Amino acid sequence: MKHIVIIGNGISGITAARYIRKNSDAQITIISAESQYFFSRTALMYVFMGQVRFEDTYPYDQDFYQKNRLELVFDRVESIDFPAKTIKLKATDSIVYDELILATGSKPRKLNIEGEKLEGIQGLYSKQDLEKLENKRNQIQKAIVVGGGLIGVELVEMLHYQGAEVDFIIRESGFWAEVLSEKEQRFIEEHIQSKGIRIHLNEEIKSFDGEGKVCQAFTKSGKKIEIDFAGITIGVEPNIEFLKNSELELQEGILVDEDFQTNIPNVYAIGDCAEHRNPIQNRNKIEQLWYTGKLQGKQMGENLGKGASKKYEPGPWFNSAKFFDIEFQNYGFVSNTKEEGQSEFIWKKGNKMFRLLFDSNTDEFIGINAFNLKFRHPVFNDWLRNKVGVEEVLQNLKTASFDGEFSKKYEGEIVRAFNQEFGRNVQLKKKMWYQKLISK
Amino acid sequence: MRKLGWILVFVAIGIFISTLFLNSYTFLGQEYPGKSQIFKIIDLGIQRDLETISTGEVRNMKFSMAKNLSEGPVKENPWIFFLLTFGLAALGSILIFIQSFKKSASEQNLGVFHQKLTNRKWPAYLLLLALIAFYVLLYWFPYYLVEWTILVDPIAQLFNSEGQASHWFLYGFMYSYIMTLLGIRMVIKYRHNNYQIIRTITVWFFQIVFAFTIPEILASLNGSWAGIDLKNMWPLDYDFFNNGGLVTYATESQSVMVNGGGLGLGFLIWGIVLFAVLVPILVYFFGKRWYCSWVCGCGGLAETLGDAFRHLSDNSLKAWKIERWMVHSVLVLAILMTILTFFTMFTGVWGATGFIQEWYGFLIGSVFAGVIGTGFYPVFGNRVWCRFGCPLAAYMGIIQRFKSRFRVTVNGDQCISCGNCSTHCEMGIDVKAYAQKGQDIQRASCVGCGICEEVCPRGVLKLENKK
Repeated sequence: MKHIVIIGNGISGITAARYIRKNSDAQITIISAESQYFFSRTALMYVFMGQVRFEDTYPYDQDFYQKNRLELVFDRVESIDFPAKTIKLKATDSIVYDELILATGSKPRKLNIEGEKLEGIQGLYSKQDLEKLENKRNQIQKAIVVGGGLIGVELVEMLHYQGAEVDFIIRESGFWAEVLSEKEQRFIEEHIQSKGIRIHLNEEIKSFDGEGKVCQAFTKSGKKIEIDFAGITIGVEPNIEFLKNSELELQEGILVDEDFQTNIPNVYAIGDCAEHRNPIQNRNKIEQLWYTGKLQGKQMGENLGKGASKKYEPGPWFNSAKFFDIEFQNYGFVSNTKEEGQSEFIWKKGNKMFRLLFDSNTDEFIGINAFNLKFRHPVFNDWLRNKVGVEEVLQNLKTASFDGEFSKKYEGEIVRAFNQEFGRNVQLKKKMWYQKLISK
Repeated sequence: MRKLGWILVFVAIGIFISTLFLNSYTFLGQEYPGKSQIFKIIDLGIQRDLETISTGEVRNMKFSMAKNLSEGPVKENPWIFFLLTFGLAALGSILIFIQSFKKSASEQNLGVFHQKLTNRKWPAYLLLLALIAFYVLLYWFPYYLVEWTILVDPIAQLFNSEGQASHWFLYGFMYSYIMTLLGIRMVIKYRHNNYQIIRTITVWFFQIVFAFTIPEILASLNGSWAGIDLKNMWPLDYDFFNNGGLVTYATESQSVMVNGGGLGLGFLIWGIVLFAVLVPILVYFFGKRWYCSWVCGCGGLAETLGDAFRHLSDNSLKAWKIERWMVHSVLVLAILMTILTFFTMFTGVWGATGFIQEWYGFLIGSVFAGVIGTGFYPVFGNRVWCRFGCPLAAYMGIIQRFKSRFRVTVNGDQCISCGNCSTHCEMGIDVKAYAQKGQDIQRASCVGCGICEEVCPRGVLKLENKK
């Protein structure tokens, strides 16, 4: 019987295992040094804030592993002997594989500045990071968080929950500037500031100081901030330290083809640690998202289970996030600045806002960033696949809305605003069951 | 403010408990300070009747004797004690609940696993003991609670000038009082969510009007109509046919509704239409939520008093297996009991009917629905009864599972498996197991409380009725 070994029990690795099992009887072993069971990394903040327990973040019951005959090994991989197809582990016996899937995920990026090794400075990615933070939760009174992205704002929220005073240090001229437009950056920043968080834009940390424990942070602009904690959330990078100096071809991540094949036969890489030689559409070479990890795991598992080598096809782009109370949903590629030949429609009311892009010439709908307005993924997915026009999107807003029952409706206002701004005459259609809209 | 609120609540509870010991009993000119002595005398007095009357009647007799004999400050100044207990506790609660205004929408459920009361630490067990003690006294030893019924006599007199509050009146009043206060908490907590606001006000309205006020008015019109709750229905109202409806074991008399003239017959017909016609239609269009979390009294208490404990419901596969067996067994039992009741009515043969009626009432009606159902909120979550025991929920669940437009829609592939939905599902549904597969949730047990939708950090869930 073929032995498939997966290193990493995150969303990519476990999804791959599930889909292998759906299609094959191969022996499957999953190795992780982080946690006994697969947990949802995205939920770590809710564990810290007491809204769920750690065990609530397990996507699958424990008998899932037995039922699917997935053997779990809780150990650290020291090195891999690729010619001998052998994995050397830290505490237990080596494992020999026939096929190997590398799904080792990411690790937090470092600033590489003076004093970064001091106690009280850390990132937030792994279970161990959470445990470290939990252990000193009561000692944190003044904190900084460095890095204005998604993990950054989560860590800010966690520290704020704990009652700490937080300074949010952002290198760029706005929050999550690589994705959000300036208007959107201000919208989110104002909300974060309303919670009592101080935001420093265009600012970087030069060094840390302290005796054993961090006490001060010095900024490039010459400010000194007294702190007892610093969170470094300037992004993540592939967790591939242990693969360096091997036959495996690496750049920033593990280089793979469209079917996740590395340069070594029978060795594959998926998820955060994989770097695509030929990125699909205008996606990044390294995709560090929950759903892309899931999609890659699924394709990988199907391929291996069926003995196929189908290419990875993630479909239209989407994303979501949450910044304190603001829920963010995105469908289609919406760049932070409107590109040549694109028209932009922005609607804002109170704590709700969206930015929609469409092609100025063809009218084709390009994408939408929505804040505190929820939309149906299947409907937008269908529209993006079929390249519908912007008027069709606006006509069907009632059906596309995913806001809760009895919530205030804004579709009428939105369409009126659009008609006025662009001199159109879009008529809002009645709400229908969304699946009828898609099959049409 | 929050602290002050808690202090007021505890002071009020302290006074409330001490009222039970403030009065004394005067019998044949002699004063008995303690309860145990006077109950001994009462027991002696009724000893010769014990052979001929049922335990329920003994309980009622002892209750009314104790209530008549009780004298002292509580009897003289019920209004003052009413304000010092119910009034003070209400004030304290409001001071606690308005703190929710300081929290934003996504902060409302943070920290539930950090607070002792809501994370099965000692205050939770203290509350558990208090609730169980209350239910045991209420159901089986109400004569120990006569002073509390004296406290609410002034309220009973609003309905009937000579009104003497029974222990059931006390229970109904406390139920409504708690649902009002904690309903205010719900509305403040979910002030950003219209579904929660409308649902909470509706379920509160049905409690105050249908479960509390109308029955009292009916009782004052015709004593035998006491306890008729027009929104309660068979098989949750398990003795609808035996006790209220057609025949009663204890007295073997044709009863209330049939003998109540036109209106009495109307109640009987309404009760049948409700479960046989309205339930299938409404569950088809809206799911069982129309009843379980919008109308039902048990649901109403679970959604108000129980809201703080919803995350304690076990969402394991094992719990689901137990749930399916148990709740459907109770439904089968309730149906069997009703069939036997009809058999007895038509043949006049009692057989095991009375035995089953009595034990069902004791085990399911009192122990399960009351003592366990509510008492265990702080340990097993707020829907233990609805999940594992309610035969009406089981009946509606079958319709919901196989023939209903209601579902919790999952928004494509947006789920991040964080587990908030499953953790906060009061019915212990592993919502995430469906959400992460992109599969809509159409489970028999879902009561449509809408909290999964509320706690989802990615807006992945939406309650809706398919068009």
